[in-house]
Amino acid sequence: MNKIALSEPLSETPLLEMRGISKSFPGVKALNDVNIALFPGMVTALIGENGAGKSTLVKILTGIYQSDEGEIHVDGEPVAFANAQDAIDFGVTAIHQETVLFDELSVAENIFLGHAPKTRLGFVNWKAVNARALALLHSLESNIDPRTRLKDLSIAQRHLVAIARALSVDARIVIMDEPTAALSRKEVDDLFQIVKRLKAQGKAVLFISHKFDEVYEIADHYAVFRDGKAVGSGVLAGVGQDEIVKLMVGRSIEHAFPKVEIPLGETVLSVDNYSHPTEFRHISFALKKGEIFGIYGLVGAGRSEICQSLFGVTRPSSGSLKLNGKELVIHSPADAIKAGIVYVPEERGRHGAVLQLPIYQNISLPSLTRTSRSGFLRAAEEFALARKYAERFDLRAAALSIPVGNLSGGNQQKVVIGKWLATHPKILILDEPTKGIDIGSKAAVHAFISELAGEGLSIIMVSSELPEILGMSDRVLVMREGLSAGVYERDHLSAETLVRAATGNA
Amino acid sequence: MIKQLFKFREMLLVVIIAMLLAVFSARSPGFAKPGNLANIFNDTSILIILALGQMTVILTKSIDLSVAANVAFTGMAIGMLNAAYPAMPLALIILIALGTGAVLGAINGLFVWKLNIPSIVVTLGTLTIYRGMAFVLSGGAWVNAHQMTAPFLQTPRQLFFGLPLLGWTAIVIVAIMYVVMSRTFLGRAIYASGGNPTAAVYAGIDVGRTRFYAFVISGTLAGLCGYLWVSRYAVAYVDIAAGFELDTVAACVIGGISTLGGIGSVAGAVLGSLFLGVIKNALPVINISPFSQMAISGSVIIAAVIFNARQERRRGRIILRDRGASEQIEVTA
Amino acid sequence: MSAVPEKRHIPDRLGTSVTRLFASWEALLVAVAAVIFIANALASPYFLNAWNLSDATFNFTEKAMVAFAMALLIIAGEIDLSVAAIIALASTAMGAAAQAGVGTPGLVAIGIGVGAGCGMINGILVAGLRLPSIVVTIGTMSLFRGIAYIVLGDKAYGGYPASFAYFGQGYVLWVFSFEFVLFAALAVLFAVLLHATNFGRRVYAIGNNEFAARFSGIHVERIKFTLFLLTGLMAGIAAVCLTSRLGSTRPSIAQGWELEIVTMVVLGGISILGGSGTIGGVVIAAFVMGLVTFGLGLLNVPGIVMSIFIGLLLITTITLPIIIRQFGHRKSA
Repeated sequence: MNKIALSEPLSETPLLEMRGISKSFPGVKALNDVNIALFPGMVTALIGENGAGKSTLVKILTGIYQSDEGEIHVDGEPVAFANAQDAIDFGVTAIHQETVLFDELSVAENIFLGHAPKTRLGFVNWKAVNARALALLHSLESNIDPRTRLKDLSIAQRHLVAIARALSVDARIVIMDEPTAALSRKEVDDLFQIVKRLKAQGKAVLFISHKFDEVYEIADHYAVFRDGKAVGSGVLAGVGQDEIVKLMVGRSIEHAFPKVEIPLGETVLSVDNYSHPTEFRHISFALKKGEIFGIYGLVGAGRSEICQSLFGVTRPSSGSLKLNGKELVIHSPADAIKAGIVYVPEERGRHGAVLQLPIYQNISLPSLTRTSRSGFLRAAEEFALARKYAERFDLRAAALSIPVGNLSGGNQQKVVIGKWLATHPKILILDEPTKGIDIGSKAAVHAFISELAGEGLSIIMVSSELPEILGMSDRVLVMREGLSAGVYERDHLSAETLVRAATGNA
Repeated sequence: MIKQLFKFREMLLVVIIAMLLAVFSARSPGFAKPGNLANIFNDTSILIILALGQMTVILTKSIDLSVAANVAFTGMAIGMLNAAYPAMPLALIILIALGTGAVLGAINGLFVWKLNIPSIVVTLGTLTIYRGMAFVLSGGAWVNAHQMTAPFLQTPRQLFFGLPLLGWTAIVIVAIMYVVMSRTFLGRAIYASGGNPTAAVYAGIDVGRTRFYAFVISGTLAGLCGYLWVSRYAVAYVDIAAGFELDTVAACVIGGISTLGGIGSVAGAVLGSLFLGVIKNALPVINISPFSQMAISGSVIIAAVIFNARQERRRGRIILRDRGASEQIEVTA
Repeated sequence: MSAVPEKRHIPDRLGTSVTRLFASWEALLVAVAAVIFIANALASPYFLNAWNLSDATFNFTEKAMVAFAMALLIIAGEIDLSVAAIIALASTAMGAAAQAGVGTPGLVAIGIGVGAGCGMINGILVAGLRLPSIVVTIGTMSLFRGIAYIVLGDKAYGGYPASFAYFGQGYVLWVFSFEFVLFAALAVLFAVLLHATNFGRRVYAIGNNEFAARFSGIHVERIKFTLFLLTGLMAGIAAVCLTSRLGSTRPSIAQGWELEIVTMVVLGGISILGGSGTIGGVVIAAFVMGLVTFGLGLLNVPGIVMSIFIGLLLITTITLPIIIRQFGHRKSA
């Protein structure tokens, strides 16, 4: 147990303070007795791994969720955020991680929906809406036409609209949840100018990021979350990165990546000049037997899109695919599974598992033809199959017949991976395999990824987490805005090279 | 570009309707004369008003299958009221019609809002209940023309500039709905709630309450149509407007209102209704049996759904920066 | 959660099958059916008579046949509102064939074939072109019944061969009609299909999460197409029984049945949002609806008032559990 000074006294009175906040979901305690304070004119960095409870905190602060316990104080007065409008009324605004905007509405309306300028008769004043949106976008160094429909914008442009929306409210507290995830270096610099302006105006900023260089560049205070608890906070200056990392992971700084060096076999899959109309273009790489092939890039760089087209969810517009030297055409996931290519998607609940169905039915779902007899289900076979993988991954569940949705993120992921291993695949595509998984399970997931590669499975692993990419991959494809920014061998891997390639800041 | 496409969509409907008029008037010279056009518009007025209510509900990702039953109940109620109390002023009767319709709509809305029951189930239930109540109220008896007062029956038929008051009512409702949908917070909240309910919550919009209001609007307009229907056809009975809820959905679909919510316009709903109205009025003129009207509107609905889907098809996230090339591929794909 | 052994045993299931059974929707429905049965028996002296009860089954057997297939479709997250129109079209086709002198086997083949063909059209539109099923089937509903109207207008077909009467009027054994036996056989068939085959499992997976189902290698479109085909087929079979029972065909035959069939399915505990429910529930719901209509019929309650009861039954059975859950939640919170 390493004891670290939990907090240093902060002089000023906070603009907003959260005291003793707890929030539970079925199966998880997302926040446990959390305290955090935001001060005028200061940027507080909220740091923590995925699944540490940062996003839950943001949702409570913006009135989307209501906490089970605890209080929120604004200017020292207790307040209650029963819904999003309440939070807005108290001057809280947020740039959310996923851009929650409206595809069919214009950019200007996306920015001003809910607080649009009105005419004297109380009607929406479209002229003013468009003019103010234009001015706001100009101040963000953007030349997006406010009358464009949102669905015609690129991902980075949408992000700018989200930022503009947050700034369109005359807020006193601005929350930025991973605002730089999809931005290039230039756009990040512009954003930081804005943050500095907000500071100068005396606003309190909560800045959430897991990129340390950004945190040190912009933040005054820090608060570290781990497993739903606030484990440390204070003035950032003078606190070393290693100290923060220690707080984040709660143990030795070196996350032991159980990477096993194994000799790579011959090429299993070769992707040649794969292109898609709107998502990626000219992607080529070769995957070897027993290899862990990393794909790195900013959020929205087209990484998942490539994986999904390899898995037959979308079709490429050109390019070819060879499996063991033979031409392969994949029209549907069923084709991919038949060819031995399986995909563990990023959005577990949406694409990975049928949350309402029991564990054993999820595991047997792609293998039904094997567990059944002439089309009739055999429950005993399904339970046996499920048990095999549940035990292999040390699944924590009350019974194999409970719905997958009742499990924690890490255990859900075990079910999804188990379901695929049950099909005896040759190529396993993992899209953000440890997203939203607690640290304990993370190491376990990494361990069996290595183990599987050791058994001769070829693995494609998409990740936004540099340590994971650096620790696990044999080679790394870096993507930027749908294009390849190079393939890097293990010997040439460094955090700096990858980040430069990914953000186009060579 | 999409904005142009959207206008293009409505322009397309205008052109199609104009072409239909041209074809029909070639067969029957009187068809496109102003007098007959006014007739067609007047005849379509009730559909237009109901379609606007249906549009409001569909925009929020819901559906109101009880509109026609609402028309039947309200129409029966005020028909009987008029027969029983001939001295009651018409304004009060219309107010009662609006109020009754609003209450019936609010009942639907409450189930959808407070209990989160899918609107199709709720309105499927209330559709039978409301029409059943019309029977309970009347005991199955009709209210005939001679039982109703002259002002009650004649007011919507008053001509102003060649168009009966019924038609003018539709025009006023269209104008009001245009302003509500495009220039009020409620209207924009309706679009937002259907377009992306999650994002709407983040923007501080109460999606459930917005749906509730949409049902109240639909119900209120149905209440108004209860009066308009009974006065126009000079009779009230249990089965009036039976199956008309599907016509309102059809008008919306033809007008380009997406049943997935969030997409559509007042102009679209009006044009969709007019399209159906023109066809209905043209059939006898061009000697096609009125019995084929149902099959024609069915085919048109299917064609419109196919057309809508082609336009709405999600194009995925746009990642590539230089989209000039990518959009060309889109066009050929 | 401190000391956890390395490899823990995870049981297959929790609780006993008996406890699960009693907590189910079906148990609640059986209770409702029992209450209605007793109430009927107390209210009318004619109720507890084998032949009367046998007659009562005709109130639901035809609808229930279609409801079984509709249940699968709704579990898969789709809906078919055109079923009643398919019955009308299939019946019209049989009527026309009978006029042309086609014999009983041919008539049955035509009825079932037309049903299956209509189902295929729906399947192609929804699964092939990926269109929303509510609107598509509202369109095909107008189209199919519209064709029946074009063919028949205000006339009717009669003159079916004498042997054709067996399907709707014949008895297999004692009080057990052909329709009832067919209903029972189909209930077993559909229960096996849904609950004991890979196909059924995939239907549940699609209804709960279409994306995850597709990502698991399930041919979602193929299954949906099959379900629409099956629903059309069952509507065809129902058309044979209904036409045989009535002995004549009007274009308005089976009017409004789509709503009663959907009500039966939803009452049976099939979630309108897809993903859950059982055939057992639909079977009990069929009996419940049959008993209500029959009991009220014995009390001389007019049909339209019965529909109020059906509508109320639908809304209350869906609402009650939600209200109870909300109430319990508030208490515990």
